Amino acid sequence: MASRPEVIAPPEIFYDDSEARKYTSSSRIVQIQATLSERALELLALPEDDIPKLLLDIGCGSGLSGETLTENGHHWIGLDISASMLNVALEREVEGDLLLGDMGQGLGVRPGVIDGAISISAVQWLCNADKSSHNPRLRLKAFFTSLYKCLSNGARAVFQVYPENIDQRELILNAAMHAGFAGGIVVDFPHSSKRRKEFLVLTCGQRSVNSSVSKGKNEDGESCSEEDSEDEENQTVCISDRHRPRKKQKKNNKSGKGKEWILRKKEQMRRRGNAVPQDSKYTGRKRKDRF
Amino acid sequence: MRLLTHNMLSSNIKGVVNGFPLRIEVEKVVEKTVEMNGEFLKKMFEKVDWKALIDASRAMGYTELPEEADSSMLDSDEFLNRFHHALLEIHLEEGALVCPETGRRFPVNKGIPNMLLHEDEV
Ligand SMILES: C[S@@+](CC[C@H](N)C(=O)[O-])C[C@H]1O[C@@H](n2cnc3c(N)ncnc32)[C@H](O)[C@@H]1O
Repeated sequence: MASRPEVIAPPEIFYDDSEARKYTSSSRIVQIQATLSERALELLALPEDDIPKLLLDIGCGSGLSGETLTENGHHWIGLDISASMLNVALEREVEGDLLLGDMGQGLGVRPGVIDGAISISAVQWLCNADKSSHNPRLRLKAFFTSLYKCLSNGARAVFQVYPENIDQRELILNAAMHAGFAGGIVVDFPHSSKRRKEFLVLTCGQRSVNSSVSKGKNEDGESCSEEDSEDEENQTVCISDRHRPRKKQKKNNKSGKGKEWILRKKEQMRRRGNAVPQDSKYTGRKRKDRF
Repeated sequence: MRLLTHNMLSSNIKGVVNGFPLRIEVEKVVEKTVEMNGEFLKKMFEKVDWKALIDASRAMGYTELPEEADSSMLDSDEFLNRFHHALLEIHLEEGALVCPETGRRFPVNKGIPNMLLHEDEV
């Protein structure tokens, strides 16, 4: 994920047969996705009654995230826009039911029946306008509104996301809040550019998120650490005020007009319907990718 | 796709008021045995639309579910077994789901319903 796949092609094109296979056969990716899914499941804070739950996995791909749900005894329904990814999931004989669908079109699920939802490394895709008919704002709205409806009262949704920049994070968070969710962002390993992971933790209805779970990781929780040579602090910050991440980010980005700035501008131009050159790993290259 | 999932899905087409339940067109059904969990079934019983489940299981060729069901029946092992089988063990492998209001077909291939909407349906 060094150069952002989101800017290369629409998901159903990017995740073709060969990419789907490549993705799923990388032991590094398998490991990372499993760790992220475990963490998301933990943040879901399901009742500890040992009764299997009915969960959604949004952007389930080849089933790496869903497998974690199965291992923890839950039933799940996975949605993905890439037929190739779902085919790999079939080959791997995942336990969940699979649906070919576009979360940006909203979920066709009955009200109040789902006990919780996770989405691992997928929602940032909604911030792109891949077709002229796509409006990221409307697609995010359709998604979060329909998700809110199908969750049972007090249920949570946890999204691990790779927002491309501050604007994207705001865009996603605002859409969630507008749909009625309460919640905020949990950041694990905030001081490491490689291991930093963001989770959007949302609650539907009554139960409030603030108090109980949203503590981030402050111990060494990941094992994919060959890449981490710097001696970083393994801390987590938990942000329930949605304006705080902006400040934090700003501090880190003192350097001025970097790649993020360029990409953001390009994205803005794109949203206005202008023709903008494709982003590549060379775009505004100066420093290493943050995400 | 299991009937558990079918029971939760509804048609998401723009303008459709009552998209539930999706009618099932069957070409191929497969059965897979899974372990039964009574507690899960009891929880699911509260959520499942019974009428939709009977109709769906009949369409799939399983006719053992009682016409009416109430929570007192959850004490019966025989009932639980049937409920379990209908909900979790019969899969629609090939066929289609049909929107009850518009008649739009969502094809099911290799057990995966294609719920992608056309642009004018969003
Ligand atoms: C990085 S993969 C993650 C897959 C899986 N959650 C995992 O942890 O391995 C992102 C997935 O999101 C899916 N995706 C992107 N946009 C989507 C959309 N609009 N609707 C449904 N799935 C989408 C992609 O097809 C891809 O399979």
